Amino acid sequence: MPTTQPLNEAGQVAEQFNDIDQQVQSNLFGMWLFLSTELLLFGGVFAGFIVFRVIHGEAFAAAAGHLDLMLGSLNTALLLTSGLTMALAEQLVNNTRRRATLVMLLATIALGAIFIGIKGYEWYHEYEHHLMPVLGLPFEYPGEHPQQAELFFNFYFTLTGLHGFHMLVGLGLLSVIAILTWRWRDPPRIARQVQISGLYWAFVDVLWIVVFSLLYLLRS
Amino acid sequence: MTDYRLYLLTWLALLALLACAVAATHWLAGWLAWTTVALCALAMASLVIILFMGLRHANALLRVFGVGGVLWLGFLVVLTLADYLTR
Amino acid sequence: MSVATDPRWPREHYLSEGFRLRDWLLTTDHKRIAWLYLASITAFFFLGGTAALLIRLELITPPGDLVSADTYNQLFSLHGIVMVWFFLIPSIPATLGNFLIPMMVGARDLAFPRLNLLSWYIYTLGGLFTLAAVIGGGVDTGWTFYTPYSTMFSNSAVIAAAAGVFIVGFSSILTGLNFIVTTHKMRAPGLSWFRLPLFVWANYATSLIMVLATPVLSSVLMLIVVERLLGIGIFDPALGGDPLLFQHLFWFYSHPAVYIMILPGMGVVSEIIACFSRKPVFGYHGMVISIMSIAVFGFIVWGHHMFVAGQSIYAGIMFSFFTFLVALPSAIKTFNWTATLYKGRITFTAPMIYALSFVGLFTIGGLTGIILASIAIDVHVHDTYFVTAHFHYIMVGGMVTGYLGGLHFWWPKMTGRMYSELWSKVAALALFIGFNLTFFPQFILGYLGMPRRYHEYPVDFQVLNVMSSLGAGVLAIGYLLPLFYLFWSLRFGPAAGGNPWRAKGLEWWTDSPPTKHNFHRIPRVTESAYAYDPTAE
Repeated sequence: MPTTQPLNEAGQVAEQFNDIDQQVQSNLFGMWLFLSTELLLFGGVFAGFIVFRVIHGEAFAAAAGHLDLMLGSLNTALLLTSGLTMALAEQLVNNTRRRATLVMLLATIALGAIFIGIKGYEWYHEYEHHLMPVLGLPFEYPGEHPQQAELFFNFYFTLTGLHGFHMLVGLGLLSVIAILTWRWRDPPRIARQVQISGLYWAFVDVLWIVVFSLLYLLRS
Repeated sequence: MTDYRLYLLTWLALLALLACAVAATHWLAGWLAWTTVALCALAMASLVIILFMGLRHANALLRVFGVGGVLWLGFLVVLTLADYLTR
Repeated sequence: MSVATDPRWPREHYLSEGFRLRDWLLTTDHKRIAWLYLASITAFFFLGGTAALLIRLELITPPGDLVSADTYNQLFSLHGIVMVWFFLIPSIPATLGNFLIPMMVGARDLAFPRLNLLSWYIYTLGGLFTLAAVIGGGVDTGWTFYTPYSTMFSNSAVIAAAAGVFIVGFSSILTGLNFIVTTHKMRAPGLSWFRLPLFVWANYATSLIMVLATPVLSSVLMLIVVERLLGIGIFDPALGGDPLLFQHLFWFYSHPAVYIMILPGMGVVSEIIACFSRKPVFGYHGMVISIMSIAVFGFIVWGHHMFVAGQSIYAGIMFSFFTFLVALPSAIKTFNWTATLYKGRITFTAPMIYALSFVGLFTIGGLTGIILASIAIDVHVHDTYFVTAHFHYIMVGGMVTGYLGGLHFWWPKMTGRMYSELWSKVAALALFIGFNLTFFPQFILGYLGMPRRYHEYPVDFQVLNVMSSLGAGVLAIGYLLPLFYLFWSLRFGPAAGGNPWRAKGLEWWTDSPPTKHNFHRIPRVTESAYAYDPTAE
């Protein structure tokens, strides 16, 4: 049933709104505002990292060299791909293509899960090399400035941990959306939910780009 | 819809930028490496925000608030650094 | 005449929709959620007030005899944490704002009613964590959680307290988000931006601050909890970390938070003064620009909390200069309120007494702020009672007075009933007198060099301290009285009717108490805000 109207602009209007346009616009605006707060939540840690990256330049650059750039880049590529699948899911659901939407959602979830798996492997790797100064675990750093390197790894675990938490929230959210899409009870509403969670997922992507660039790439 | 094609192209551009940034850390040093990494990151983030998140279709209001969030993070970073750099 | 037979009492209204517990705890009606907040913040207000009372009792005599030094530290920390995050920040926005903003913009509800209810639950959860911190041994870091004391040395319940504040932060983020979207997207036909009441503008500016600043507080509290819980030290000087970084991030939120704690009060006062002078607010556009520029400038002045903390002197000069700039819009607002009074037909109702108190006390608080923004003087009075007095003049003299004024002004709208005129005036005057008696001596104490946060002091300071403690007693009466006559009015107060003050503004167009969806039909706005006619009868 091809229509010119996208699916997310159909369906019932909530009682506080006058029309569906007002509702869709309000939801979008609310989500963007929420994402600005997410940016600033990470922003506090970013600001701290940037300050110390400037004062302890040498030590931080050397410490960054102890991270696995290969796995980090692979993870970034995976996450960018999941951004693509999610954006496609948003398009497909608006064209009322349920099966294709479901496939794209599941692909996004799979890519996100692999990301988490690789991240976990990296953490384990750092744990084995005694580079995980968490909960009083031994920190044995082979290079110069071991204290400042510890500070770097403190930031590393804080930022990747915070980002990982957001990934898990996103994965939970997408799983719920996938189930709703599978059931297909209230398609216009599902279309709106896919759109809103797509925004969240893409933004977690953006945050990872910053985290990755700050931690892994500033190694000189 | 043509958007599928556009999204695929965006994805390819993102991967190219990622490769560019990683290559910069290998072959460049100092401020040159920093600038390349920062520009690539900025370009990647902008591509995701503008295309995947649909900011290009969004109205002025969303753009203002999108830019506002970044600007406020800028206040935080710049004024904090202003202290550390003049100690 | 009983309200049941009063023709002005509406047959159906939001309070008659059901009175079971679930009708309240699962409601999405912004008016009922406002009541949930009102009940919770009142409870926290009296908890924080009790701590303050114990502090003042201890300070009646020079030696530390009533409580130990440790207990005293916990008392002022509890007082600060509870009053800032569980009373002042949500005070006007979450109660009056929640109740009035949808009505003032002519909408049926906020844009996200369920999110609104969720905010209250998050607030409650944060409150439970804070109470757990009190029961679990108290917290002794002060409300500011300064590192390295909070991360490395304090043996008190820092994690629970910080977690409580972290959680309640999300409540205020979500409330702010809701208000911003509502103001942008839900205005009634004809209600352009420059027809909005200043109360809406003030809450809009406050919401912007909540949304843009609070996440950074969450960030920094998270870092504290992570450092204490997991041993990941970001601020640890031994690793090359910097405790001052904590202060930067903390004040990036907490200075703008001062404006969260005053802008809504300014909004309330603008409404009250216009109504009881029967004049439009003088310089409406100037007021709007001032509100917005206070919100924006507020973000770039935080370093004035760190003049003596070891911040670079150049950064200090920069922050000092920006701070002086904030004085400009504040002065414009004060000027405009007095100009609104000029040649107005003034009636001294209880809300008006509160509003006038606000203007006077805020002026003193603001002017002493300029003194503190000057680096050279700040070095002398930093961390003394001068600072304590200054911010209490803003937060208590300003915000609490504005909050009570607003509560008295809109109480007839919220409940449909009038309260005792005499007793409300007595309470308003008790507040003004008690407040000044409590806090004016503290300016002198601070100037003479008495530091804050000590439970004992030299005998020379006793007279002023006794005055201050006496004032606190009078102030307590000013706070307790409304509790009684407002409760009384709920049962016995006469019906107020839709518009007892003959005020302008959309909220007065509808019944008191309003119907579930606020208006019987969505209003169409054709005139500017405060269209009072100074020449009418």
